[in-house]
Amino acid sequence: MSERGDRRPVPFRGGGFAPVPRRLLPWIVFFVLIAAWQAASSAGLLPPLFMPSPAAVIDALYGLWRDGTLAQNLGASLGRIIPGWIIGTAAGLAAGLAMGIFSAARAAGLPIVSALFPIPKIALLPLLILWFGIGEPSKVATIALGVFFPTVISAYSACDSVPRNLIRMGQSFGLPATDIVAKIVLPGAMPGILAGFRISASVALLLLVAAEMIGAQYGIGAFVLTAGNLMQTDQLLAGVVVLSILGLLISWGLGTLERSVLRWR
Amino acid sequence: MPLHVERVSHRYGAVEALDGIELDIADGETVVLIGPSGCGKSTLLGILGGLLQPTSGRVTLSGAPTAESLNPFTYIFQDFALLPWRSVAGNVALALEHRALGAAERTERVASALALTGLGEFATAYPKQLSGGMRQRVGIARALVVRPAVLLLDEPLSALDAQTRELLMEDLLAIWAREKSTRVYVTHNLEEAARLADRVVVLSRRPGRIRDVIGIDVPVAERGRTEHAGLLRDVHRRLWSLIRDEAATADREIQHV
Repeated sequence: MSERGDRRPVPFRGGGFAPVPRRLLPWIVFFVLIAAWQAASSAGLLPPLFMPSPAAVIDALYGLWRDGTLAQNLGASLGRIIPGWIIGTAAGLAAGLAMGIFSAARAAGLPIVSALFPIPKIALLPLLILWFGIGEPSKVATIALGVFFPTVISAYSACDSVPRNLIRMGQSFGLPATDIVAKIVLPGAMPGILAGFRISASVALLLLVAAEMIGAQYGIGAFVLTAGNLMQTDQLLAGVVVLSILGLLISWGLGTLERSVLRWR
Repeated sequence: MPLHVERVSHRYGAVEALDGIELDIADGETVVLIGPSGCGKSTLLGILGGLLQPTSGRVTLSGAPTAESLNPFTYIFQDFALLPWRSVAGNVALALEHRALGAAERTERVASALALTGLGEFATAYPKQLSGGMRQRVGIARALVVRPAVLLLDEPLSALDAQTRELLMEDLLAIWAREKSTRVYVTHNLEEAARLADRVVVLSRRPGRIRDVIGIDVPVAERGRTEHAGLLRDVHRRLWSLIRDEAATADREIQHV
């Protein structure tokens, strides 16, 4: 035992690396960036033709909302993405769950899905236009097709990742196969399926814009393309802002869905 | 319900897991299967309850389970096998929902199983909110709710820490003093074997064969008494001497994954 005066504290080395919540910081960064952009525009550092100021973009957005252009184009876009996503998701869930549950469906479906999954679905739009015409169905079909494949894969692997021991437990209590699917496999696959929705929703948004740029009179994608051709960059960026808000809303909606369905987590 | 294991052998591909197991289990008896890892004790338990088909041989039963037994062969699992999206009561009710039971009887059975395992006030909790010991109590309640004729326990305490294991062993003994059933209990823990078994079946490894069967004459309920401490120590020592060399071999084996 040494003298008390001789003792030194053990140096502390455990600080840092743990994430600490900073509630205000994201907002501050966001507004500082916008403010810097606006300041640069006002000072004449950014040519308005190539990079309009935030104020000009907001102004353009307000104008689009006032004269109904926004509603017209947004309505056309929603009329494509919503049915496209629903059709692709419904078909994808049916195929993916069948593959997750039945060995025969898996053996038959997995090679086909794996082979077709990597095709960029927008490349099929010309073919779909030949089949369905230049109108709405070809765009809806492109989105549905793009949503179908990631949904199949996420539903299939979500079923596959349900712990075997839970299924064995169900069997050991004499649960009929339908009950094992309904009470064990499907709820167990739900987190994976919902995570797949996020991927398929972003694919749907991407394909929507691409399809509208290839051939549509109305729609946010068509509007952005036209604005670019006319060098109306404020309109163009207003369209991009609308798309980003649309993406945020989808993501928020899915987050709410996840929280309510997966409350047990 | 008496069970008869008739020349049961099992192989996984080229690996011989069980070889010619012959065993009669009497009604109301507690048989502990013990052996080093890789002796096929969990395989044998799976075959006993009809979750695995043996490569050869068969398991037969005589007599009939009582009318109130809804699931004659019922397991308690090492990893609890609870559904995380169901509450405690929901997990227990899972065992009854597909049976022809009135709603009132179902509720009554779930409530009494929860009360018996001390889970009454946790009925609405979810598994992730519970400690390991409480989770396994849910597994026990789920097994009791169907009034099993044969209870098959697959290393039920192995996932728990030593203190919780002690508590749950006491709980199991208290429950078993009230609920009559035939029990087969797989463990690698010598103390559990000495405390819980009427007979200990020692298996050798690869292929699993019955190496020895050790009966313990002291009634399970009296084993806590000090005058039996020496006897239990003897059982423990005998079991260890039977298993030690093979456990050492198993420990030094490279795993093929």
